[in-house]
Amino acid sequence: MSIQAAALRDALLTLNRIRALQLLQAATATMAPLKVVEDLVRPALEQVGDLWDRGGCALSQVYMSGRICEELLDQLLGDPTRPSSSDLTPAADSPRLAIVVLEDYHLLGKQIVRTVMRSSGHSVRDYGRQTVDDLVEKVCFDEIDILLVSTLMLPAALRVEALMRRLGDEAPSTRVVVGGAPYRFDDRLWREVGAHAVGLNAGEVVGLVEQLQRGAR
Amino acid sequence: MSQTRPAMTSMQRVLTAVGHQEPDRVPLLLLPTLHGARELGVPIDTYFSDPALVAQGQLRMRQRYRHDCLYTFYYASIETEAWGGESIFRDDGPPNAGAPLISDLEAIQRLSPPRIEDAPGLRRVLETTRLLAAETGGEVPIIGVAIAPFSLPVMQLGFEAYLDLMHDRRDLFDRLMRLNEAFCVAWANAQVAAGAHAICYFDPLSSSSMVPPELFLETGHPIAQRVIQQIKAPVALHLASGEGLPIIDHLASTGAALLGVSCHEDLGQLKQASRGRIALFGHLNGIEMRHWSAEQAEQQVKAALAAAAPGGGFALADNHGEIPWQVPEEVLLAIAEANERWGRYPLDWCDEAARAEALRAGVPESDTAAETASAADTAGAADTDAAADTAGAANTDGDAGPLAVSAARSAARTDVP
Ligand code: B12
Repeated sequence: MSIQAAALRDALLTLNRIRALQLLQAATATMAPLKVVEDLVRPALEQVGDLWDRGGCALSQVYMSGRICEELLDQLLGDPTRPSSSDLTPAADSPRLAIVVLEDYHLLGKQIVRTVMRSSGHSVRDYGRQTVDDLVEKVCFDEIDILLVSTLMLPAALRVEALMRRLGDEAPSTRVVVGGAPYRFDDRLWREVGAHAVGLNAGEVVGLVEQLQRGAR
Repeated sequence: MSQTRPAMTSMQRVLTAVGHQEPDRVPLLLLPTLHGARELGVPIDTYFSDPALVAQGQLRMRQRYRHDCLYTFYYASIETEAWGGESIFRDDGPPNAGAPLISDLEAIQRLSPPRIEDAPGLRRVLETTRLLAAETGGEVPIIGVAIAPFSLPVMQLGFEAYLDLMHDRRDLFDRLMRLNEAFCVAWANAQVAAGAHAICYFDPLSSSSMVPPELFLETGHPIAQRVIQQIKAPVALHLASGEGLPIIDHLASTGAALLGVSCHEDLGQLKQASRGRIALFGHLNGIEMRHWSAEQAEQQVKAALAAAAPGGGFALADNHGEIPWQVPEEVLLAIAEANERWGRYPLDWCDEAARAEALRAGVPESDTAAETASAADTAGAADTDAAADTAGAANTDGDAGPLAVSAARSAARTDVP
């Protein structure tokens, strides 16, 4: 990881918004926006997520890091996922992505993952909270390539099995990435419910999406 | 071979263990809640609507699993019901809090804590407590529950809004804490008055998985100290499967007698770090337990006992403070049987050699883990790098940096060839 990305990560972990702003301003002066996102913001957020996964930082820092990045990028570059900021919008072959909380009332995991995706320049449809039936309908209608599912409660995590069965019939090419606390306590769970991938921290999401995208080609 | 010791009542057993001595056997603080509904053949919402059913369910489960406590916990959001919130029930798990009851942060200025006697849900819990106290006459510890003032706002405001409040609006945060503290003390002491012998103080937000140690020291820690001091019974501080090793010294100084610990941490290290200061309970993985065989249950019980039971100061329990609905009865029975079989003091089977080995194995790792956590928590520029690298090194063969580790691990987490 570059020195700048490490510096950004450390500014984020200490919630030092001013330092983070300076680093991003310096980078945007010399680099294209997409490059800033790819070389600085994404690695910094990935490392924060990874550090949390290992007990090296706290969820409040993960959340605040994402919040600060999102705010600063908006301030410096405009909404990174808006079509108008075309320098930032990833290539046309980027997959159609959606994120959802499945039959659960806990939205924070989804928010954090969405922020990481957005700050890394990926546009993601936010489906909010959905039941299996409504979700399948939306996925089919929007022709979603990769669906990110967050759950916090075990019964909700187990409902992914029903989701996978339905998607298998109605949208067989849609790939599903699951995440959330129950998967962190049972490493067999994601396979048991038939998901295509699991993310144990929000920082993994961009890498997973890329891997699934490569696999689909 | 040493003699087995005279049988104790559950109360004597738990008090001895919490006093850092060896009782006749390791206490089993199994904490089933929802299984009571299954035991009585009623839906979960019906079960929790009737205090007599919950009391009966607890007594029947104790008969079946022979554990050492009765547990009057219904579900977490019963407390936010008292503040005007709702709970949403489902038939295959615990109910969850509905929409946050505070949507405008400024409303905290006008908020006042509810009275316990005005809250029908809390009154039901108190009634269950009284029924159990009358039935058992002090031989079995009755454990009540209070959600910590520092953790309750996740349900009062929603998690995101609460984190924003904590970071951006300390004035309102402080006010909310004062209200929640008053409520928490009143609620805990009402349970003690109704017959609870101990209060399980759920505070996962204080865990180092949730907030960094510096923030905990400014917030969750003084709050816990103030509240615990006012509760008129011993308190078990539960991190609800959040991690606590980096802050173990501070957890030990909250005034709590017991600490509920996570399966994500090394129990031997936790024990070493807390020995003689705060007793531990845990740390069986309730979620994974769903598919344990009897043999796996036995192995897990043995491993936990070997790591933390010698010398006392330990009770066997799950790591969250509630057994998931999906865990089969047979697994709970296998856990109880394994504890009955292997948990008799003196724990001769954990012989000296094995114990010494466990201690030796624990030391270097414990140092690394503690360094990782504290380095990362102070999060100085240089420290964080070191922390990430140390952590990475443990998971790879070579000298790949943390990002390489992360990629390697995600590779193992997809079905993409
Ligand atoms: C703090 C906490 C509490 C607090 C606040 C809970 C809340 N959020 O509302 C309190 C004390 C109120 C509480 C209460 C309860 N809790 Co609780 N709680 C926790 C704890 C410690 C953290 C939960 C949390 O919110 N984390 C924050 C989220 C954002 O973390 P996360 O889901 O792991 O997400 C991260 C990653 O997993 C990833 N991620 C998430 N989604 C996705 C998706 C994708 C695609 C990817 C790539 C990544 C990803 O990104 C995030 C950041 O890195 C966990 C145990 C733990 N160690 O995790 C138990 C836990 C969530 N609780 C649990 C339960 C059961 C409950 C209760 C139902 C208990 C009860 N009977 O009342 C109540 C419900 C409360 C409610 N809201 O109604 C269980 C749920 C599993 C189960 N057994 O069903 C857990 C897992 C404990 C356990 N080990 O069993 N709890």
